Amino acid sequence: MNIVVCIKQVPDTTEVKLDPKTGTLIREGVPSIINPDDKAGLEAALRLKDELGAHVTVLSMGPPQADMALREALAMGADEAVLLTDRAFGGADTWATSTTIAAAIKNLKYDLIITGRQAIDGDTAQVGPQIAEHLGLPNISYAEDIKIEGDYVIVKRQYEDRYHTIKAKMPVLITALSELNEPRYMTPGGIFDAFREKAPKVWTLKDITVDMANIGLKGSPTKVKKSFTKGAKSAGKLFNLEPQESAELIVDKMKEKFIL
Amino acid sequence: MNISEYKGVFVFAEQRDRKVQKVALELIGKGKELAKDLNTTVTAVLLGKDMKDEAKRLCYAGADKVIYVDDDLLDIYMTEPYVYTMHKIITDKKPEAVIYGATAIGRDMAPRVSARVHTGLTADCTGLAIEADDEDPNKQNLMMTRPAFGGNIMATIACPNHRPQMATVRPGVMQAAKYSEQNPVNIEEYKIDIPKECKNVEILDVTKIIQQRMNIEDAKVLVSGGRGMHGPENYPMLEELADLLGGTISASRAAVDAGWVPKDRQVGQTGKTVRPNLYIACGISGAIQHLAGMEESDYIIAINKDETAPIFDVADVGIVGDIFQVVPLLIEELKKEKATK
Repeated sequence: MNIVVCIKQVPDTTEVKLDPKTGTLIREGVPSIINPDDKAGLEAALRLKDELGAHVTVLSMGPPQADMALREALAMGADEAVLLTDRAFGGADTWATSTTIAAAIKNLKYDLIITGRQAIDGDTAQVGPQIAEHLGLPNISYAEDIKIEGDYVIVKRQYEDRYHTIKAKMPVLITALSELNEPRYMTPGGIFDAFREKAPKVWTLKDITVDMANIGLKGSPTKVKKSFTKGAKSAGKLFNLEPQESAELIVDKMKEKFIL
Repeated sequence: MNISEYKGVFVFAEQRDRKVQKVALELIGKGKELAKDLNTTVTAVLLGKDMKDEAKRLCYAGADKVIYVDDDLLDIYMTEPYVYTMHKIITDKKPEAVIYGATAIGRDMAPRVSARVHTGLTADCTGLAIEADDEDPNKQNLMMTRPAFGGNIMATIACPNHRPQMATVRPGVMQAAKYSEQNPVNIEEYKIDIPKECKNVEILDVTKIIQQRMNIEDAKVLVSGGRGMHGPENYPMLEELADLLGGTISASRAAVDAGWVPKDRQVGQTGKTVRPNLYIACGISGAIQHLAGMEESDYIIAINKDETAPIFDVADVGIVGDIFQVVPLLIEELKKEKATK
């Protein structure tokens, strides 16, 4: 079985802070990580490999430094890694991104494609289903459990208020939730391999077949008109009192606001 | 593409168990405002089985028209039959904008529809407005504002050269219009043959999550716990406080990731957006991604040991103190209040 896992290198947005004076993002010192949902997708693929045997290829589109995310994936146990990088891909929205990634996947063998549900820097959850659409495959989103039975996948698909257990014939694309599993650590041998024996392949525009009109900033139907930080709401009062006084104060405030 | 051919605002009216979901009514509310600015109408699209009465409700909720498709394949949500049908309707009716709820259904079907139609899609919008195009004053564009970068920044996005302009909108953000059974009922029963091949997955089982607690998006009062709660064993204290105030409990991502509280309780950018009358934050530091989900609450009380915690920047009342001392005393005070009533 051939599994392709799509991963994205993202800034750890939980570590991002705003400059209290200027209201702008402080990007310095923010670590880059493998997007959590994608990492869970990779772990799911590696477990299928452990259980049933599979060739796991990780694919990432991004700037050259995304190489590190791919090496981490190799060190966790992926067999092969592809970095899709070219200035022509830059500035892409989800439509153009999914078009580019789908073109790259066409060069690979796959029975199963796993992406994360969404990336923590964009939170769109669009690229997975759109890749499936460009490849003409069924997709199953929000996977909380993945099983293989012969040529079929059986997925526990999460909704806000329910689960569907969904069966589909491969090839199929699944989007993974971080709740799916606890990703393994890199092994020392894996790290050695990822830096000495294996290396991510680098694919650029010339390695894929895609219409230039459909990629990058120019191929993106959506355009960012402006971005801004939300003006901070003016803070209320801060009280530093004894616990009993604090409790009484809260009750008084609730009465004042007619909550009680 | 001749953009001027595309007219009208469409709203995807999500249903589960043959019941229209609340988010559909919220989208109709917003859709009406947009339609007014565009001098056009708002149409709700309902896909399901045996749902004619529910289609009427969409008119009562303010839709000028409902396009209703009745088919066995549309009874329980499956990606391909829904995408196939929505794509056909869009190609046939040419709306200028289509909005969906940013739910586990909307966020699954809308990306595929956008890829099939070849148009843009903006996810999880919190604001929608109409603005004239920079270059062509006769062209009106949908301005879609959404949080990005984990809620750290807001971005306004347009889709100027493709139609329809599409967006998903978070549940709980838009206001439903006034519901009136006096509203005229205008339902088009739209006929379509959905090919059998569209059923490319099989649903083996549907398991509903039994909600023992009130949905956090519906609660008027939320008592929310974060990392400072130290563990699941301390949540009964918050449950008791919430019960006394007629509300329910919620949590920050830290508490959910630690496994103390189920995911459906999570407030924030990766959780739910809430705007209760009262939000009590207990032991929540206030990461931006959390604030993004609760700062619109009417009244915010925060209790935290660390007086530099960012949660205090959005709180109406900030209590610097130990939750394990303050909350039990607060519960006692509230019990006394109840007893005197």
